[in-house]
Amino acid sequence: MDLSRAQVPHGLVHVIAERCKQCDFCISYCPVDVLEYSEDTNSKGHHFPVVAAGKEQACVFCRFCDLICPELAIFTSESQADASDG
Amino acid sequence: MSIPVEANISLVDKHPADDLLRADRFPHILCPGCGIGTVIHTYVRAIMESGVDPDRHVCVSGIGCSGRAAGYVNVDSYHATHGRALPFALGIALHKPDLVVTVISGDGDLTAIGGNHFIHAARRNINLNVICINNFNYGMTGGQTGPTSPKGARSPTAPDGNQDHPFILPHLAHAIGASFVSRWTVLHVRQFQEAVLRMMEKDGFCFTEVLAPCPTSFGRPNNFAQGLHEMEMYRDRCHIENGVSRMSDLQIDIMDPDWPIIVGNFVDVERGSYGEHA
Repeated sequence: MDLSRAQVPHGLVHVIAERCKQCDFCISYCPVDVLEYSEDTNSKGHHFPVVAAGKEQACVFCRFCDLICPELAIFTSESQADASDG
Repeated sequence: MSIPVEANISLVDKHPADDLLRADRFPHILCPGCGIGTVIHTYVRAIMESGVDPDRHVCVSGIGCSGRAAGYVNVDSYHATHGRALPFALGIALHKPDLVVTVISGDGDLTAIGGNHFIHAARRNINLNVICINNFNYGMTGGQTGPTSPKGARSPTAPDGNQDHPFILPHLAHAIGASFVSRWTVLHVRQFQEAVLRMMEKDGFCFTEVLAPCPTSFGRPNNFAQGLHEMEMYRDRCHIENGVSRMSDLQIDIMDPDWPIIVGNFVDVERGSYGEHA
């Protein structure tokens, strides 16, 4: 396999902050550790996930955070920007 | 509500699956770390990918935390009386055979209070899809020991540990004649969604047990104080074994840290669904 030509998808993370209950699933199971807790809280006092500093280009659009979220509070969309270097 | 917009995150107010949810009721009432929300999410994803018009999908639930599922999905749904999700669903499936009827209910509702309905619906091979959310206890009423509680598990009604042998739900479903039997956890979310899609396209009685964390009621007395702890246990101990040779191997012993939990699609046979020979 020619790794130099392999295209790694790139995703953008979207969060519905008010739904988050801080269960930690998305942050724990992100395979590239894109997410961390926000400093702010939503109206129920839960810290919601945000993209960690320096990880803006790291999401590989595997959608696992979206699929595993019990609150339907996070999802990703595929970015069209070329991010083949991940 | 005042959420300062942080750098590096796109804050939105609508999820792509919201059209098939009663989004005005979100955030739902389920506890942080509970797996039932993931099951609802997976069911909705399966509807979106099933290729069947959502108007032809029906969701029926019984009583309990899992019974909330019918209230959160935006397809025709029924919240039936305790243990009677299957009789309601059976009536719908027989009267309107073109509908895709899915029962989402808990282990207590389906196999204890509604246990007799369960065995006879499977025996007749009614065209139903049953998603049984197994959280090992009666979560809504305070975590009492139920028919799937593992031996030794502590609960308010078994403070010294449960003395009963639990049901092996896939073994039971296979024995009483289900056409499709599988077990997944909410951590195996992609495989679980594939199983739900297979159930939707398959005729006959299809059964999937999905193990879900219940941190509030089952977890706290049993060293899974957070949903993530139980998810980590699934990650460490689950083995995928499709078409397992001995169904009795599917026994779950949560309390033994070395006991493997076998998940997979175990049975997929054609048996002729109810009414086919009429």
